[in-house]
Amino acid sequence: MLQGSHITVRYGDRTAVDDLSFHLREGQWMMLAGPNGAGKSTLIEAIAQGIPYTGTIEWQGRDIRTLKPAQLARCIGVLAQKNAVGYAYTVEEVVGLGRYAHKTGFLSGECEEGKAQVEKALEMTGLTALRHASMLTLSGGETQRVFLAQVFAQNPRVLILDEPANHLDLKYQQYVFTLIQSWLKEPGRAVLSVVHDLSLARRYGTHAVLMDRGKSVSQGLVADVLTPDLLSWVYEMDVCLWMRDMLSQWESR
Amino acid sequence: MKDDRSMKRERFTPVTYALLAAGLLLTMILCACVGSVRISFQDTVIAVWNALWGRSVPQGIAKNIILNVRLPRVLCVTLSGASLSLCGAAMQGLLRNPLADGSTMGVSSGAALGAVIAMVTGFTLPGSAYGGMMVMAMAFAFGSLVLILTLAYALDRSLATGSIILIGVIFTMFISSIISLIITFASDHTRSLNFWTLGSFSGVNYDQARLLLLALAVFGGVILRFSPELNAFAVGEDNARHIGVNVKRVKLIILIAVSALIGVCVSVSGTVSFVGLVMPHIARMLTGPNHKRLLPASLFSGAIFLLLADLTARTLLSPIELSIGVVTSLVGAAAFVVIFYRTGKAR
Repeated sequence: MLQGSHITVRYGDRTAVDDLSFHLREGQWMMLAGPNGAGKSTLIEAIAQGIPYTGTIEWQGRDIRTLKPAQLARCIGVLAQKNAVGYAYTVEEVVGLGRYAHKTGFLSGECEEGKAQVEKALEMTGLTALRHASMLTLSGGETQRVFLAQVFAQNPRVLILDEPANHLDLKYQQYVFTLIQSWLKEPGRAVLSVVHDLSLARRYGTHAVLMDRGKSVSQGLVADVLTPDLLSWVYEMDVCLWMRDMLSQWESR
Repeated sequence: MKDDRSMKRERFTPVTYALLAAGLLLTMILCACVGSVRISFQDTVIAVWNALWGRSVPQGIAKNIILNVRLPRVLCVTLSGASLSLCGAAMQGLLRNPLADGSTMGVSSGAALGAVIAMVTGFTLPGSAYGGMMVMAMAFAFGSLVLILTLAYALDRSLATGSIILIGVIFTMFISSIISLIITFASDHTRSLNFWTLGSFSGVNYDQARLLLLALAVFGGVILRFSPELNAFAVGEDNARHIGVNVKRVKLIILIAVSALIGVCVSVSGTVSFVGLVMPHIARMLTGPNHKRLLPASLFSGAIFLLLADLTARTLLSPIELSIGVVTSLVGAAAFVVIFYRTGKAR
C-alpha cells in the first residue's frame, strides 16, 4: 500500500533520515523503533509531507507528492506526537475537522455518513460524554484521545501514529492499542507507528523497522527484528536484561 | 462518565444575527443624528429614506449635513470597522495567535507607507481618484506582511508567541519615521502625518464608501468562504495539513485577502489601530472560536465599535475633532494588556 524508497531528509549538515526504504502492506502494523534521534519522527513527518525529502513515497504505485492534500488525507491519517489547541474549541468541533477532506465542493454541508463517522469516533475513544467540553480544559491524555478520534473520523486507509500512547495512562494505553488493533482488522487497512515502549512494539506489531542514526538497521517480522542481539547493539545496553529486571519487579512478592 | 466541563455557550442563531443587525442599524442612525449640529431622529430617517428611493428631500441644513457629510462618513466607518475586525479575526485564526491584528503586526503602517508614496509621487490609476493610493497600499500591506512573517518564522516557527508582535511594533515605528520623513520633505501634501498614523474619517465621500463596499464584498467574501480552513489553522497548522488542508495555498489566499482589505481601509482613513485586535475577542466570547460564527459576529461588532469610536472622536471635545485612532488606541491598548496577560497565564 505504502512504499518508501531511498528516503533521505537533511537538516543542514545533519542527515536525519538516511536512504531508508520500507514497504507497508495491507493488514500490517509496522513499528518504527530505535533510540532517541534515530529519525523515527522525522520519517513520519516526511510521509505526512511536512518536510522536504529526497527519494519517493508511493501510495499504491503513485508518488504521494502528486496527490492533492485532501486526496492524501483520505488515504493516510496522521496522529502527531504533540497536539495542543490554542482556542476554546469543543471536543466535537476538533473531531469534526477530521471530515474536512471528505467535504467536496463549495458550501457543502456535512452528510449523514460524516456525522455518523464523527459519532462513531467519539464513541470508540470514549469521548461522547466530553463532546461539548472545551479543549482548554482537557488533560494531556484526553487531548491525545481527541486527536485519535479525529483521525478515526477522517477514516483513512493507513494510520500513521507518532507515539500514540504518549501522555496516556496504562488503562488508556491498553485501550488505545486494542482499539487500533481492531481498527486494523477490516480489510484494506494498515498501520505505521513510532512506539518507544519495546514491549508494546512486540506485543502489537506485526512488522518492525529498527532505526539507528537515520538508517534502517533491520526490518521484517517483529520477532526477527526486535531481537535481543540487535536491540542491545542499537541501544548500546543489554535491553533484554533490563526488561527482565523490570518484569521481575512484579514476580517477587 | 459524568462531566461538568461542557460549555454553556450562547446559541448563535438567526435571531442573534437579527439582533446584531438591528443594533448596527440603530448605531448608524445614532451616529448620523449626533454631532455639532444635532438633528432629530425623525428628520434623519426621513432624509435617508427619501434619498434612498430617489424621492425629493425637504431642503435645509439637515439635508445637507445628513446626505453630504454624515451619511458617507457613517457608511465608511461601518465598512472599515467591519473589514478591520474581519481581518483581525482571520489573522488570529490563521496564525493561531490571539494578539495578531493589522496594527499590531505592522501591516497597517506598511499600507500607509504605500499610500503616502502614491500620494507624494502623484501615482494614480485612470478612472479613480483613489485607485493609485489604494493599489499601492494593498501592495505594501502584503509586502510588509510577508516580510514580518518571514522574520518571525526565523525566530519561532509556531508564530504563536509574542515575537511576531514585537517585530510588528518595531516595524511600525520604523515605517512611521519614514512616513514622517517623506511628509516633511514633500512640499504639497493633502493629508497630514496625523492622518496616516492615527486615522480620520473626516471628509470621506460616497466614492470611498463604494470602494470599501466592493473590497469587503470581494476580499471579505473570500475570507468568509475559508471559515473551515481557518478553524483548522486555529487548532494547529500541522494538524490542518494532516486533515488535508492545502496549507500553503490557503495561507497565501487568506494573507492576500487580508492585506488587500487592510490596504483599502488604510487608503481611505489612515491607520485605525486595534479594531481588529479587540473586536474579534469580544465576538469570540459570544460565539466561541468557530469561525463560521466568529467571522460574521466580528463583522457586526467591528462596525458598531468603530461607529461609536468615531462618534466619540468627533463629539467628545467638540468643536475640536480627535483622531479616531486616539479613541480606538485608548480602548485597544487596555484590551491588549488584558489579552496578553490572559494568554500568558494560559501558557
